[in-house]
Amino acid sequence: MLGARGGSVLGKGLLGIYLSALVLLPVAALLAKSGTGGTSAFWREISNPEAVAAIKLTLIISAIVVAINAVFGTIIAWVLVRDEFPGKRVVNALIDLPFALPTIVAGVVLLALYGNGSPVGINVAFTRASIALALLFVTLPFVVRSVQPVLHELDASMEEAAESLGASPMTVLRRIVLPSLTPAIISGVALSFARAVGEFGSLVLITGNLPFKTEVGSVYVFGQIQNESLPAAAAVSVVLLVAALVVLAALTLLSRWRSKHVL
Amino acid sequence: MSSSAAGSLALPSGSGRQAAPRRRASGVDGAVRARKLGVRTIALGYLALLLLAPVAMIFYRTFEHGLTPVWDAVSAPNAQHAFWLSLKIVAIAVPLNTAFGIGMALLLERGRFKGKALLGLLIDLPFAISPVVIGLALVLAYGKTGWLGDWLAENGIQVIFSVPGMVIATAIVSLPFVARETIPVLRELGTDAEQAASTLGASGWQTFWRITLPGIRWGVVYGVVLTTARALGEFGAVSIVSGRIEGQTQTLPLYVQARFENFDATGAYAAAVVLALLAFATLVAMNLLTRRTRSDTAV
Repeated sequence: MLGARGGSVLGKGLLGIYLSALVLLPVAALLAKSGTGGTSAFWREISNPEAVAAIKLTLIISAIVVAINAVFGTIIAWVLVRDEFPGKRVVNALIDLPFALPTIVAGVVLLALYGNGSPVGINVAFTRASIALALLFVTLPFVVRSVQPVLHELDASMEEAAESLGASPMTVLRRIVLPSLTPAIISGVALSFARAVGEFGSLVLITGNLPFKTEVGSVYVFGQIQNESLPAAAAVSVVLLVAALVVLAALTLLSRWRSKHVL
Repeated sequence: MSSSAAGSLALPSGSGRQAAPRRRASGVDGAVRARKLGVRTIALGYLALLLLAPVAMIFYRTFEHGLTPVWDAVSAPNAQHAFWLSLKIVAIAVPLNTAFGIGMALLLERGRFKGKALLGLLIDLPFAISPVVIGLALVLAYGKTGWLGDWLAENGIQVIFSVPGMVIATAIVSLPFVARETIPVLRELGTDAEQAASTLGASGWQTFWRITLPGIRWGVVYGVVLTTARALGEFGAVSIVSGRIEGQTQTLPLYVQARFENFDATGAYAAAVVLALLAFATLVAMNLLTRRTRSDTAV
């Protein structure tokens, strides 16, 4: 009954209640709060200069970070699939560390090496570079993990054939490897972007949360909650949520379209 | 066919290497090797600077004055309380999410109904929402001025600024893992054995416990490992709904922040290292499980 017909009525009811209590009801309350004063109130909240600066900073730095991720994530995936070296298994396992490590620990860890009193003489604390650094850390696995299986399936003999026929390494990369990997890179980038836009834990300690300088969207929302200005917090939350969902949906569609039309 | 064609194309380079003058062949090989080495250096260098060196640094900083200060820091009453509170929340949220995840996976994979794709997206929603926004949404739903605020107050239930709210926040951020890991395994498993069992007279529960669950167990366990790691480390959402009262509603990640902001680096590092060690344990578990599922599907 449960296996064959997709669960009993009781089971479905429990699933529905759990999902409603955890996701539907809170998200509905959030949307309602952001819309209580009508569109003009919503607009006033999100056009507050500090909010605009925070949202802009979030989107720009997230875009830069996912571009870096696309390049280095692909390189790392390539090395993990096509290269052989001692300790490869350990390196492969370590890729997931940013997923397993609590975000606040990620912030502390980065500050220990690249913060005040850095043993290597690099101090990024309280600068915009620190935001990029923390976001690069927490989003590292996405592109690597989405490119790796595709590269694994991709036949290396195609590349060898092209090279033996006289294609330069760059041509092989541009004409053979990258076109097959693009959908996977795009979907990794989409997940990285959604994560970067909402990231909070790894940023609170390292960025200093300076308004107009290093204050990102999620930190702004946090500050507004502490000030008990919930309508402002709700309005900016909705903007962040929509930005993440739109990019996620657009890139998912693009990646599906590419894998249909290019391959 | 394609592999044999590719093989014959690849062959000339192999045989050519033997026939060609020695110096030229080794030159080509050398170029390939140099390129590989270059790319490997870039990849490993990036990982070392971004990942390994900072994590190694925190272990060094923590243990540079020996074990005694670390031991004192982790045995401080507030640290102990934070650690056990974190475990308590995990112990409630993870089983709930596991049951939900298995049920949802069955529903999405075996059920036939309208709006299934939408439901699938809804399950993944917590991954696209900032933890801070999740915390805010919970305050707006269950807080004093929230939708259910009056009703909860009348019944003497406090959700926000207490453990129930922290459990809910933790459960939301780690909600999708079990379902996501179980669905592909369930698809792979197919329905033949389940149908055979029910034809032979097994009840729904019997089929589930004897056929379905054993078939998907490693997928579920993998999901549980991910859920636990995420739940243990949750910071943003819990930070908002907990009120962060030391010794009362402070989890281990919140404790790390509080110690750090109070300029108690030793306390912050010690607690951070405890969480980092748990993260490493997660990685080991993930790797063992991946090998396990691979050997299972190979059989």
